[in-house]
Amino acid sequence: MRILLDKFSKSFGSTKVIEDMELEVGSGEMLALLGPSGCGKSTTLFAVCGIHRPTSGRILFGDRDVTNLPSQERNVGVVFQSYALYPHMTVEENIGFPLMVKRVAAADIKKQVADIAALVHIADLLGRRPAQLSGGQQQRVALARALIRRPDVLLLDEPLANLDAKLRLEMRSEIRRLQKETGITAILVTHDQVEAMSMCDRIAIMKSGEIVQIATPSQMYNDPRTSFVASFLGNPPISFLKGRAEQGAFVLGENGLRLPLSALSGIPDGTSVSLGVRPEHFGTTGGIPIDGKVVFAETQGRENLYDVVLPDGSVLRSIQPVRDDVKMGDSVRWNLDSASAFVFAEDGRRL
Amino acid sequence: MAEKPQTSANFSSVPVILLLSLFSLPLLVMYAYLFIDTISDTEVGSLIPSEFTLRHWSFLWETKTGKPNIWLVTLNTFIFASCITGVILTVASMAGYVLSRLNVPARGFFLAGVMVLHAFPSVTLIIAIFIVLQWIGLYNSLIGVILVKAAIDLPLGIWLMKGFYDTVPWEIEMAGTVDGASRFTVWRRLVLPQIKPAMMALGLFSFLTGWSEFILPQVLAPGAKVQVLSVYLASLIIDDNNFDFGTFKAVGVFYVVPVLILYVFFQKHLMNIYGGGTKG
Ligand SMILES: Nc1ncnc2c1ncn2[C@@H]1O[C@H](COP(=O)(O)OP(=O)(O)OP(=O)(O)O)[C@@H](O)[C@H]1O
Ligand SMILES: [Mg+2]
Repeated sequence: MRILLDKFSKSFGSTKVIEDMELEVGSGEMLALLGPSGCGKSTTLFAVCGIHRPTSGRILFGDRDVTNLPSQERNVGVVFQSYALYPHMTVEENIGFPLMVKRVAAADIKKQVADIAALVHIADLLGRRPAQLSGGQQQRVALARALIRRPDVLLLDEPLANLDAKLRLEMRSEIRRLQKETGITAILVTHDQVEAMSMCDRIAIMKSGEIVQIATPSQMYNDPRTSFVASFLGNPPISFLKGRAEQGAFVLGENGLRLPLSALSGIPDGTSVSLGVRPEHFGTTGGIPIDGKVVFAETQGRENLYDVVLPDGSVLRSIQPVRDDVKMGDSVRWNLDSASAFVFAEDGRRL
Repeated sequence: MAEKPQTSANFSSVPVILLLSLFSLPLLVMYAYLFIDTISDTEVGSLIPSEFTLRHWSFLWETKTGKPNIWLVTLNTFIFASCITGVILTVASMAGYVLSRLNVPARGFFLAGVMVLHAFPSVTLIIAIFIVLQWIGLYNSLIGVILVKAAIDLPLGIWLMKGFYDTVPWEIEMAGTVDGASRFTVWRRLVLPQIKPAMMALGLFSFLTGWSEFILPQVLAPGAKVQVLSVYLASLIIDDNNFDFGTFKAVGVFYVVPVLILYVFFQKHLMNIYGGGTKG
C-alpha cells in the first residue's frame, strides 16, 4: 500500500522537529530514512504508525486519509529499536498478541503463530521468554509480531542497531527477503548508510527535519545533490578539497593544483568551491597526477586505505587493492579521476 | 549478586556476630519471656516459671464479660485489613498509571497534592473525620473506618505506584497500541504485569498497616460489634478491675502471629520488589 506524507509537520511544544515534509513510498517498496541522530527519523516513523499526531499536514495510506486515525486502526507493524517485546509473555504469546486483542480464536492464533515463526526461523523457540533469547532471536520475534497481522505497512526503527556485525549482515538479507516475500510496503529508519543502500529500493536522506534527497542507492551515490549527501554515503567516506574556481578549473592553494572541470564553466572566477573525491577515484589510475605524502595506511584485508596529505595541508583518501610497496611517510604521486569528482558550492549545493 | 560471606569477607565475622548478639540479647530475652509468660505462671519477684498453664489463653474459647468474642474481633481485623488492601491496590494501581502516563489536565497539581497529603499528619484530621462520619451515619461501622484508613494511606500507595510505572519502558505501550490493543488492554495486559512485584509489596504493606492500625478504629469504631484486635488489646490494659498481664501477653502473641506467617510466605515477593520490571 502506498504511503503519502503531505506537508507533514511535527513540533513538540515550541521545538519544530519536522516542517512541511513531502514523502511518498510506493506500494511494495522499501524505503530507507537515513540521517544523523536527532534529525527526526523516529518522529516521522511514529507519525506514520499513529503514536504521534502530526501538528499539521496529512498522512495517507493508499487513498485513505489516516491522519486522525488512532494507531489501533491503522494496521501497521512496527519493529522498535529496543524490540519492545513483552517480557512477561512467552515468544508464542508475544507473536500472538496482535491476534489475541482482535479476539481471534485460540486455535487459529496457534496456527498462524506457527506459520510466521517458521517464516522467521524461530519455530523452536516459542516456549521461551524474551530474556532467554539472543539479540538476533529477539529481533526475529519482534519482526514476527509486526508481521502476523498482515499489516499494510511495516515500519522498522533501527532494527539492526543492537546486533553484532555478522548477525547484522545476516538479518539484513533476512528482512529484505521477508519484505519481498510478503510484498509489504516498508520504511526502514537507520543511520547506517550500508544498511540503507543494501536493503532498500530507495533512500531518503534527512537532515534536521528535512528530506535532502530521495533516490535509489546508486543514483544517490553517483549523483548526490549536496555535499551532505555525498559525505553520508560511501565507506570509507568521501574527502573534500577546498579551493576556488578559475576559468572553468578548480584551483587548490596559491600556485597548486589546477583541475579543469566541466561543471565549473560559467562560474565566476574566485568563487569558493569544494571538490568531493571518493577514495576509489584517487589512486593509480585516473587523469590528473597529484603529489602527496602518505600519513595513514590501513589494511582492510582485500583493500588498503591510505590518507594522503597534499602540499597545502588538505587530505585525500584513497582505497586500492592490497599492495606492500607504500608505507606511512612515503611520498607518492597518484592520480585523480577528475570526471568522477563532485564540485560543491560553499553552501553545499552540487554544481 | 549475593556472594558467600565466607569467601568475600576479609575479616573474621565472629567478633561482629558476638557484639550484635550481645546488643540484641535484651530484646531476644523479652520476646522469649513474652511467649513463656503466656503459658506459665511465675511467682512474684522470680524469673523462673513455676507451673505450666493454658489459663491465659482461655480468651480463645470463652468470651470475657464485657468484652466481645475474640473470633469476631479477629474476623473484623481481617475484613478491615483486607478491604484496605483491596481499595488501596485498586485505586493506587489505576491512579499511579494515570499520573505516570496519561496527559490529564492539572497533572502537576495532582502530583503535588498527593505529595502534600502524604506528608500531612492524619491524626490532626481525626476530629473532623469523626464529625463527618457521624453526620453521614458511618460512625461505629467497619465501612467508615475502612474508607478513612484507605484514604489516608492512598497517597503513599499512589506515589509508589507512579514511581514503578515510570520505570516501565514507553516502547512496550507503543508496541501494544500499534498491535491494536486499547489503552485499557495495554494497561491491564502489558503494563500491570510488569509491576506485579510492586503490587505484591504494596498489598502486603497495606495489609500490615491495616492489621496494626489502632488510633482510627479506636476513635471511629470502638463498638463491640466492630472492634479490631488492636482496640481489644488496648481495652485489656485499660481495664483496671481485673487486670491480667498473662492474658494481655497472650492476646499480643495471638495478634502478631498472622503477621509473622505473612512475612514467612511473602518475604520472597518483598525481596523481589527491585528485581522485577523489564530487562533489556
Ligand atoms: N517528546 C519529545 N519532546 C520534545 N522533543 C522531542 C521529543 N521527541 C523527539 N524530540 C526531538 O525531536 C528531534 C528528532 O527526534 P527523533 O527521535 O525523531 O530523532 P532520530 O532521527 O530518530 O534520532 P536517532 O537516530 O538518535 O534515533 C530531536 O531533536 C529530539 O530532541
Ligand atoms: Mg530514533
